[in-house]
Amino acid sequence: METIQKKADEGITSEMALVQAAKKGDLEAFSELVRRYDRNIFRIAQHITHNEEDAQDVVQDAFLKAYQNLEQFQGNSKFYTWLVRIAVNEALMRLRKRRNDRTVSLDEDVETEDGAIPREVADWSPNPEQLYGTSELGDILKKTIQGLSPGFRTVFVLRDVEGLSTEETAEMLGLSVPAVKSRLLRARLQLRERLAKYFKQKKGGDGQP
Amino acid sequence: MKCNDFLKELTDYLDGKISESLKAELDEHLHWCHECHVVMNTTKKTIEIYRDNQIYELPEDLRTRLHQAIMTKCRHHGHGKKSN
Repeated sequence: METIQKKADEGITSEMALVQAAKKGDLEAFSELVRRYDRNIFRIAQHITHNEEDAQDVVQDAFLKAYQNLEQFQGNSKFYTWLVRIAVNEALMRLRKRRNDRTVSLDEDVETEDGAIPREVADWSPNPEQLYGTSELGDILKKTIQGLSPGFRTVFVLRDVEGLSTEETAEMLGLSVPAVKSRLLRARLQLRERLAKYFKQKKGGDGQP
Repeated sequence: MKCNDFLKELTDYLDGKISESLKAELDEHLHWCHECHVVMNTTKKTIEIYRDNQIYELPEDLRTRLHQAIMTKCRHHGHGKKSN
């Protein structure tokens, strides 16, 4: 069974081989793990902190912490899942510091009705990518996702931007699967509602806002 | 099926994580409910636009600097040693 599992997912096997080597002190193996995941960790950290300096610190501290605690990594989950969990905690800590706010957490009240009932029901046309240039579109996307609560945007980023499964996201964030699903729906609907302001079709117009 | 019921299933519908029978019910609702059709379409586009336009890419020069800093710290601290 174990052999079949290994054959079925060679990505995990080679990741595990690197982790095992790093545990024995092979720094080059750990360096390869850094190269494999640094872009993802940077993106996740930027999305949570919205601050490039903080995101850089998160990347460094998350990898250093992972290296220092490698002995404790049991291999029950993927190394990447474990690493993201460390990075999310580091990012939330920095967000709290910057806001001087101890209440920033993934468990904050999510019973907001914002976006839960769709109000904007005009279609988006033409395609938003045709309406705006790359940098203008990037600014719109940043501004919009920054408006979400940390709990919502973290779930959205892991599930929809990084493409992780609901189960993996739940494990990384220490949330239940239904809690991840409920946050994901709200996050998607809130983003949609806010983006509609820029992308919706104007009656009889040319689509320009 | 009412619009509220459709909305509850929207995430699983978009992720393709529903049974054939429920999918048929949702498709039937979409067929006649223009508003839900628009909400479904624009939510799908919302996901795609964030997935396709990575807004926080790590620049290559910064990546190199971060990588060097990480490896220097790892070499210095080693396993099981805390940095402070």
